[in-house]
Amino acid sequence: MSSATIQYNTRSDYRKRKNRLFYWLVIAMSAITVSPILLIIYKLIIQGYKQINWSFFTKVAPNTLEAMTANAQGEVIPGGILNGITGTFLIVVMAAIIAIPVGIMIGLFLYENQGKRFASIVRDISDILQGVPSIVLGLIAYMWVVKPVTHGFSALAGSVALAIMMLPLIIRSTEETMKMIPTSLKEAGLALGVPYYKVILRVLIPTGFSGLSTGILLAISRIIGETAPLMLTTLGSSAVNWDLTKPTSAIPLLVWEFYNDPNMANLIWSSSLFLMGFVLVLNIISKRIAAKQNR
Amino acid sequence: MKSDKIFKYLLFSASFLVIIVAAGMVFTLSSGAIPAFKEFGLKFIISNQWNPTEGRESYGALPFIAGTVITSVIALLLCIPLAFSTSLFIAEYFYKKRVAMFLSTMVDLLAGIPSIVYGLWGFYVLRPFIVELGLSPQGYGIFTASLILAIMIIPYATSLSSEIISMVPNDLKEAAYAMGATRLEVIFNVILPNARSGIFASFILAFGRALGETMAVTMLIGNSNIVPTGLFQTGNTMASVIANQFGEADGLKLSSLIAIGLILFVITGLINAIGKLIIKKLA
Repeated sequence: MSSATIQYNTRSDYRKRKNRLFYWLVIAMSAITVSPILLIIYKLIIQGYKQINWSFFTKVAPNTLEAMTANAQGEVIPGGILNGITGTFLIVVMAAIIAIPVGIMIGLFLYENQGKRFASIVRDISDILQGVPSIVLGLIAYMWVVKPVTHGFSALAGSVALAIMMLPLIIRSTEETMKMIPTSLKEAGLALGVPYYKVILRVLIPTGFSGLSTGILLAISRIIGETAPLMLTTLGSSAVNWDLTKPTSAIPLLVWEFYNDPNMANLIWSSSLFLMGFVLVLNIISKRIAAKQNR
Repeated sequence: MKSDKIFKYLLFSASFLVIIVAAGMVFTLSSGAIPAFKEFGLKFIISNQWNPTEGRESYGALPFIAGTVITSVIALLLCIPLAFSTSLFIAEYFYKKRVAMFLSTMVDLLAGIPSIVYGLWGFYVLRPFIVELGLSPQGYGIFTASLILAIMIIPYATSLSSEIISMVPNDLKEAAYAMGATRLEVIFNVILPNARSGIFASFILAFGRALGETMAVTMLIGNSNIVPTGLFQTGNTMASVIANQFGEADGLKLSSLIAIGLILFVITGLINAIGKLIIKKLA
């Protein structure tokens, strides 16, 4: 009798100990998971803040010689990333102009045709498009735009690549947003004899506006740091360029250039910090909007 | 009503665009890859030669297919315990607690970091660390690239896994607790069997992400066109060879790079389709 109890106790102890051990293992592993983000942000801030000044936003990237002299004299590298900022702005705005209207229309179509065969095919293909590696999209845009349309590297080609990246995200978020809107709102409009398209434009889209803008902001934050497709399409430029058919720089492209030039090492961190900050702000704004919506 | 018809037509044709884009991608990649496949046939996939010398040009994709698969598999193996623990932290141990919210925000942020920033961090922080450990003289190679890939795919695996784990019905867990089960036993005997296929799908999708990652891998893998034989050897992946060699490519070389792009497109498409299929069955 007593021996059985003792045995039971040790077995129970063993199970409890294993349980505790696993608990701490989970906590330790989770700590390891989050440590990179803290380390990365720390590194970016520590190395990058020195270069962030007024000229960082108002001057174009310096050439190697300027950077070398500044380094030799122990000064802050002159110049900034203006050509990258304007380039990213141009490319992303154009991508958004292409992807947002089409994406919202497709999202509406999927919402209106739930359970239909064609709609589910479109949804599946859009899901697959979302998984296409960005470098492959760069190849595609190269063959669709760079070669036949602009006959050379161009901002437009980069926009096309990024637009294809954005499209599935917009489609998904539009459909999800529309599903959350009570059907009674839609039915009320239709019962009053309002044409179907007006119900969508005047009821569904305004009601789902915050959901739609969350999706758009998140999609932009996803594409703004893309480097690989731009290397194959927009190439880069040392001056500010507003022409869609000309090679254009972008912040991630500048980071890549700085990375390949040892003299520019100091500029890498500030540009990355700026890029990262931008992505963060977009994320936070979209989360705020989503939180407000839920309340 | 006429306006309604036009509107419905507009939505329909917009949706058709998705199919056109996808079909166009397949068509463009295939037609771009034809010269390479014509020249080398199926040997393109199994040959490990990558020789751009004029007149003796010979291209094979094996080193890059091998590099991609090896780095992604190692990344997945590193990612599984971390992502699984983190999703247990978020969706089980500290479900809906403040610390779990914080953790999941941090993991979301991890997904928002651009690939090139990961590459920089890997180059300036991770690589010197690997050198210091004496694992590799330069710090470049398969292992370093896999390590950064693992960090990059953790958020994709974690966010889906934790959602699936949080959906396991409470009464199932409570029944097990009532029988005297410890939390660990509940996790492995109740939660895991219930959430198994969802967690599996989340890792498949994360794997798909790893296959196509470009910049960070390009900066860390060492860029040599050989089939890697060791963990600390340099190599190249399909994505990184395109990024590296596209600039000076034309003719047969360009076609070979496009063919590699096509292979990458097909592989990631298949992996993603499998993952989505599993999730669809769950829903």
